[in-house]
Amino acid sequence: MQVPAPIAYERATSLSNAIELLSRHGPESRIIAGGHSLLPMMKLRLARPEVVIDINDLAELDYIRANSDHLQIGAMVRHASLMNSDIANRYFPIFREAETVIADPIVRNRGTVGGSLCQADPAEDLAAVFAALKASVVITGNNGSRTVPISSFHIGPYMTVVEPDELLTEVIVPLRTHVGSAYEKVERRAGDWGIASVGAMIVLNSGQISEAGIGLAAVRADHFRAVEAESFLLGKQPTADVIAQAALIASENCQPVADQRGPEDYKRHLVKELTTRALNRAIDKAREEGT
Amino acid sequence: MQVSMTINGEQVSREIEARLLLVHFIRETAGLTGTHWGCDTSNCGTCVVLMDGVPVKSCTVLAAMANGRNITTVEGLETNGELDSVQRGFIEMHGLQCGFCTPGMMLTARWLLDNNPHPTDAEIREAISGQICRCTGYENIVRAIRWAAEHESGTGHNITEGIGA
Repeated sequence: MQVPAPIAYERATSLSNAIELLSRHGPESRIIAGGHSLLPMMKLRLARPEVVIDINDLAELDYIRANSDHLQIGAMVRHASLMNSDIANRYFPIFREAETVIADPIVRNRGTVGGSLCQADPAEDLAAVFAALKASVVITGNNGSRTVPISSFHIGPYMTVVEPDELLTEVIVPLRTHVGSAYEKVERRAGDWGIASVGAMIVLNSGQISEAGIGLAAVRADHFRAVEAESFLLGKQPTADVIAQAALIASENCQPVADQRGPEDYKRHLVKELTTRALNRAIDKAREEGT
Repeated sequence: MQVSMTINGEQVSREIEARLLLVHFIRETAGLTGTHWGCDTSNCGTCVVLMDGVPVKSCTVLAAMANGRNITTVEGLETNGELDSVQRGFIEMHGLQCGFCTPGMMLTARWLLDNNPHPTDAEIREAISGQICRCTGYENIVRAIRWAAEHESGTGHNITEGIGA
């Protein structure tokens, strides 16, 4: 039987109360939301917090809304809510495409957007999605909030810039026009972590690529991004040859490791193939939006 | 710590260790062993119960996190001695062999049908995709849920109406 080590439990009543509890209990306390990453790690003693602070009552962090410039996603938004959100998917269908292949419906009822990002698993699909969308995250602590680009949020496997007395509270995605986005993933079985996953976002301006975002998960890309491939695409016409070259660049600028999910060359092959598919579909959607 | 939750309409209050998982609270503290405990890793789904109407894997929820919540287990599916249409479907279509995955399968099926009364086979398969049948009897499980959809009494308790899905 797997059970966590002894813990103390606190249930936060508000965001300010959660931050106060984090400050009071110090670095050995952990926020728990969906718990579908933290509890399994606690059972295996890979995580041994002394105190867990439950933020499931923080309805104030459960929202998806858009203003004229940004989409704002609260940290307590469940995977199922993001998957089914009309407003999020109207702007970025990549959300539904990625969420459909994250875990299973029951897990998606519990897991949260904020928890997924803070867990910082190297195979986390939402990390690749938000990298492709060039999102920012809002981190809140005793001294107020700070906004950090997703490209400097992760500092290593399972590590982020969130300090022990801080909490990720929101993800911000800039809105664009003539934009298309798509997600591609290959996994061993339904609901598993990806062998490789690719998210793409393309903005077209007069038939040329004016902005490109490519997010990679599970293949050890720096900050889940294929920066070199993004730069290559800028200002180009999205021809089959250009897409193929960008996909090749993406597959060369990551560091997949051989493991039980497959050898390195297979993972690079997947990155190339999935980047091609995701870019093609993102471009098609951007064209549709432009007409 | 003291926790108190409603399980199948009855208030259950106990003094527990904060690390106690919901599945063990239900089985050992409340004595309701219809909820099964399987993989411990949130993969197999036999421990699924409804929490405030939404299916959750109770091996991956602390009992403390369910404090004040409303839990429905497989024992809560029948109403006044009458089996739920999902339970009847599993009987009619032989939706179980060893029965180990059955409680979780049936609660997920109840949630699916409350939110989508006429699911396609693909939607049924997607709904139960977080649950593993060790006997690999998925064909009959899908048939059982389809049977339930076709034989809803209309007077069912609709535990989960309007939530999630």
